[in-house]
Amino acid sequence: MPRSAGRGGIPQERRELVTERNIPLWEVFIRSRNGLAHKHVGSLHAADSEMALQAARDVYTRRGEGLSIWVVPSAAIVASDPADKEVLFEPTASKVYRHPTFYEVPDEVGHM
Amino acid sequence: MYTQALNTREAIGPVEDPEHEARFQARVDGEEKVEPNDWMPEAYRRLLVRQISQHAHSEIVGMLPEGNWITRAPTLRRKAALLAKVQDEGGHGLYLYAAAETLDVSREELVEQLLAGKAKYSSIFNYPTLTWADIGAVGWLVDGAAIMNQIPLCRCSYGPYARAMIRICKEESFHQRQGYEIILTLSRGTAEQKAMAQGALNRWWWPSLMMFGPSDKESQHSDKSMRWKVKRFSNDELRQKFVDATVPQGLYLGLTFPDPELRFDEASGHWAFGAIDFDELRQVIAGNGPCNHERMKARRKAHDDGAWVREAALAYAEKRRSRRDTARAA
Ligand SMILES: [Fe+2]
Ligand SMILES: [Fe+2]
Repeated sequence: MPRSAGRGGIPQERRELVTERNIPLWEVFIRSRNGLAHKHVGSLHAADSEMALQAARDVYTRRGEGLSIWVVPSAAIVASDPADKEVLFEPTASKVYRHPTFYEVPDEVGHM
Repeated sequence: MYTQALNTREAIGPVEDPEHEARFQARVDGEEKVEPNDWMPEAYRRLLVRQISQHAHSEIVGMLPEGNWITRAPTLRRKAALLAKVQDEGGHGLYLYAAAETLDVSREELVEQLLAGKAKYSSIFNYPTLTWADIGAVGWLVDGAAIMNQIPLCRCSYGPYARAMIRICKEESFHQRQGYEIILTLSRGTAEQKAMAQGALNRWWWPSLMMFGPSDKESQHSDKSMRWKVKRFSNDELRQKFVDATVPQGLYLGLTFPDPELRFDEASGHWAFGAIDFDELRQVIAGNGPCNHERMKARRKAHDDGAWVREAALAYAEKRRSRRDTARAA
């Protein structure tokens, strides 16, 4: 069952209880200069999206780590349940035919 | 840094669920990472919350002794470097609070514990930075000791902590090098400058060795932490590594260490050193170090002075949200 994930996957319902005056939590994603996709780098607290972006810049890009930042309210992330790990991911282990090395190509054919 | 084995004697509760616990231990033994929503023993969670939050508090309190010298740095180059270093330490604190928050505690709660005097932070930050040379000694020795402690934590069994440590370790190396450069410059300067460097080494050497915590004979909690692969080396092992790495660096500077018993032991290949005054460590941890009071006062003042900013930011966000909602409804 999917569940709402606070940061790093803490069920949001439980987090709300403990957070005093709730300065909202945001997840930060950065796209590095090497052209790869935005990658999760951590999280932070900020009152609104503008301050979250500003804080993300200060906290997570002090050394040219990226060229683009996304901030996403942690409460908006839906995470898979670790209890479903086997159901979700185990079946792929037996599907070796999804990998190129499963197929035999004679050496004479060269690299393929 | 700055994790220090401080409250090493908290009792670990009974095993709550032997079957889960066995499976958990097998995963840890297999070097699998434990992630926030995974089942974990309550004692493991508590140990991590305590260690990660102490570590976070240490980064934040650690900004004070160095921040003290930013306005008086001797050159613009030194000032820019020190400012960047202190800013990094603030960042380290934030990464670590975020890692602790994945364990079901809020940053507000953790900060409250610190301000209420219920949480610990590294003993080292309760010593004063008396001269500019102390800034060099802090970078070289304190960050050096921190690195020794932190590198094995990059392999800690708890995923969010390990990932925060990898980020932190990447940044620490600059801290140590800038500190060593300050000391190196002073030790090649005038007689007066050299004396400043020597004085700073004299003051910071023993407190730096204490950063590794009590000796192995006294820290009874280590085995649990080792078994769960939070800790990988004992306090004494890390301390020895630090001494072995640091003594040659100090000798290169032409400085002497304030330890008449320090000598290279050919047989073991290690530097042997004199007895550490663990009573002093206990006193500083208990709140009786030279600057404990001042540090906590500074943190409380910063927190109180910032209250209106936090309130205003939330009120502004709320106002904009309700205006947006009204506009949408119209
Ligand atoms: Fe740090
Ligand atoms: Fe540092």
